[in-house]
Amino acid sequence: MNSRTNETDLQPRPEEAPQESRSLMREIKDKHGDNSFREQSTSDGIPTLWTGADKIADILRYLKHKARPRFPMLYDLTAVDERVRADANTLPDSDFTVVYHLLSLEPFREIRLKVPLKGDPPSIPSITRLWPTASWYEREVWDMFGIRFDGHPNLRRLLMPLTWKGHPLRKDHPARATEMGQFSMPEDRHIEEEEALRFKPEEWGMEQKSDEADFMFLNIGPQHPGTHGVIRFVLQLDGEEIIDVVPELGFHHRGAEKMGERQSWHTYIPYTDRVDYLSGVMNNLPYLMAVEKLAGITVPDRAKVIRIMLCELFRISNHLVWYGTYAQDVGQMSPVFYMFNDRERLLGIIEAICGARMHPNWFRIGGVAADLPNGWDRMVREFLDYFPSKIDEYDGMVMGNRILKVRTQGIGAYNTEEAIEWGVTGPSLRATGMGWDLRKVRPYGGYDQFEFEIPIAHKGDCYDRAIVRIEEMRQSLRIIRQCLDNMPDGPYKSDHPLTTPPIKDGTMHDIETLITHFLNVSWGPVIPAGEASGCVEGTKGLYSYYLISEKGTIPYRVRIRTSSFPHMQIIPFISRGHTVPDLLAIIGATDFVLADVDR
Amino acid sequence: MNPAIQSLLLIQGVLVGLLTLAGLLVWIERRLLALWQDRLGPNRCGPFGILIFVADGIKMITKEDWIPPGADKPVFILAPAIIVITALLSFTIIPLAPGIAILDLNIGILFFLALSSMGIYSTVLGGWASNNKYSLLGGLRMSAQMFSYEVFMGLSLMGVVILSGSLNLREIVEAQSGMWFVLPQFAGFLIFMVAGLAETHRLPFDMPEAESELIAGFHTEYSSMKFGMFFVGEYVGLTVISAIIVTLFFGGWQGPFLPPFVWFALKTLFFILFFILLRAALPRPRFDQLLAWGWKFILPLALLNLVVTGAIVLARAG
Repeated sequence: MNSRTNETDLQPRPEEAPQESRSLMREIKDKHGDNSFREQSTSDGIPTLWTGADKIADILRYLKHKARPRFPMLYDLTAVDERVRADANTLPDSDFTVVYHLLSLEPFREIRLKVPLKGDPPSIPSITRLWPTASWYEREVWDMFGIRFDGHPNLRRLLMPLTWKGHPLRKDHPARATEMGQFSMPEDRHIEEEEALRFKPEEWGMEQKSDEADFMFLNIGPQHPGTHGVIRFVLQLDGEEIIDVVPELGFHHRGAEKMGERQSWHTYIPYTDRVDYLSGVMNNLPYLMAVEKLAGITVPDRAKVIRIMLCELFRISNHLVWYGTYAQDVGQMSPVFYMFNDRERLLGIIEAICGARMHPNWFRIGGVAADLPNGWDRMVREFLDYFPSKIDEYDGMVMGNRILKVRTQGIGAYNTEEAIEWGVTGPSLRATGMGWDLRKVRPYGGYDQFEFEIPIAHKGDCYDRAIVRIEEMRQSLRIIRQCLDNMPDGPYKSDHPLTTPPIKDGTMHDIETLITHFLNVSWGPVIPAGEASGCVEGTKGLYSYYLISEKGTIPYRVRIRTSSFPHMQIIPFISRGHTVPDLLAIIGATDFVLADVDR
Repeated sequence: MNPAIQSLLLIQGVLVGLLTLAGLLVWIERRLLALWQDRLGPNRCGPFGILIFVADGIKMITKEDWIPPGADKPVFILAPAIIVITALLSFTIIPLAPGIAILDLNIGILFFLALSSMGIYSTVLGGWASNNKYSLLGGLRMSAQMFSYEVFMGLSLMGVVILSGSLNLREIVEAQSGMWFVLPQFAGFLIFMVAGLAETHRLPFDMPEAESELIAGFHTEYSSMKFGMFFVGEYVGLTVISAIIVTLFFGGWQGPFLPPFVWFALKTLFFILFFILLRAALPRPRFDQLLAWGWKFILPLALLNLVVTGAIVLARAG
């Protein structure tokens, strides 16, 4: 089955794009020597180049500053443990591969660079000087794979505890506690763990005092009413002025990527729901888009529209939670109750359609789990008629409030260049005046059929980030109304053999279909070998899943790129010089989910 | 009846009434917030949940009374007592009805201002003695708030003093028989209300607590009945501020048809409810913004009010 041709059905993109990427590759090769590259074809059509560790920093610098088009955003940086890969012979010889994923936003282009590494521990030059946002990504790769980044200013574990032995995403690291032997905590180990928790500001890159002042260090979190989850911000304070903030991650780390390497393609879907737990099925979509690209499945129209409708319902639901807590964080007590009440109506619709509320696990490979229930249209229509006046009411109550304005205007501002530099996407990017939305730039899953606008704001501060999100709710309502009015007939799942659960129609009549059905249900579908990433404009920014299949029933590698991660990383940059209450306003306006940061 | 016994009975009555009211206010506030926020609120304990404050009281008294290691123990214990004592003492000078006041003090306003300044020591000392950074920040914010809002709290009352020619609250009430002072002293009333809110550190002036920023601010480390005393102190303080507003600006017990005490109680309740409504509606400014607003806007306004009032009174007299 040729996955390439099917992929173009799924994602209509400009005809000249492959042409341009070819010319870009030629340009890179001309500049850096032809024989140091090797191209790899992928199921998602993203140009993928292999190159050496000695050259990578130069090439990335070239792509960031000089190439046409320039690639100013480091979208993702991750690694793959290639040591037990079944199809390793088709690729360059490598124990560990570091993968760089760059974006050019205008025009929208992507490129993926891979660097094969050998030895233990393998090492590669750090690119933190080129992109500040590389810092956390490189620490994560060190933490998960034990790959050293030479020249990184602070290469410490990011997600796992400092005392952890081994690197979890290596293939020889156990995936389940039952594979790890009995756990015990003897006295000396206990003391060692306690000692590891001792706070030494110097290790976090902070000074104890300056010429003028001794600083106070304040922990916001891991348990704090203002952080919306378990994260620890260590604040270096002079009075109430913030000299520096260092977020400590990992409290919510559940190894979602590692779990992907032991679940079947189908049974991993519920885990994706829980990555950004406020966006429900929005998480299913990028994963399934990647799987469908690998499998070459075309999703029928009805399923596409159902998916879009549910995604947009979840977008509103997510923004309502954000809206209420945002007001709460600047001290306004009541709005959160109104917004949670409205969210309750939405969750009622979602429950009626999917049978579950926050984690519906509703999308399937090739479609959705079941058809829409009778009467769904009435419920949706009632909400569409009810909600617009409510948004206007909340505008007056929250956004129009003078105190809220002085608390959030001019606080935590960044401009478009800074946002791109730090990997900020979604509403937080659009608040800086850049009208960039993946649903418009490269409409996926049928968004090209819908009319909606991309709300933007210009100052990039906390207030403007809020404005964009509120307007997005109105646009989502528009999209949902179009879904309601134009819901196509037809199947809700593709008749492709790899869809899950498989089509059962013929199973009681002929043995072949019965066997296929039996295998696909018990083992799960065998997805063709290859690599693909699926990317959506999520509630908080770009979400993408980068999947590697070695033609098996489980993925070889699942990489989840979430937007909360870079949005969290920019917080120190925009908080310095502000005060403690401002930090809470910034946190409130950022809209992150800790499970989305830590995965 | 023996005047000593009479005043003892009065003290007893005011004390019991005030503490019960503080308890009831917890219930009133929670029910009202729930009503405004489309919730139910406490509705299980007693009719309409009115006994929730009894349950709360039992809970607080029976909880572990914990003093953090490293805390300054005597001060830590003293701090919550101060707020209750000062708040209760403030109430002694308020005339509840003609001839009914615990103290008929000829320096009533000064006495009230002195006690309200004393009350703030409670939060500052509590924040300091807890040996907790959040508490410390809360205490610091409270002391900054005190410095700025004390000044024009006093200034805002001077207009009333000029008009009535007395510091005695009873005489001030009697001076309002023709017209409530809220009309000639509207600016003074607004300033005093803002300052009073700041003194009782309730939203939107709850920077010392600021639960989304400082957990619970100055009383983060307090548990059991020590926390309960901060709680009671806050509600008694709220009642005192409302009662003082009524006394100074809204004619105290004066009003037609109904008995004087009922008028006084109704007016006071109105302001208490108004403060609860403010809490439900407003966000919290940043504390440096609050201070800047106080010094740059309210203080000049208070001074202007004082000068204009003085000039008018002088012109009339001359």
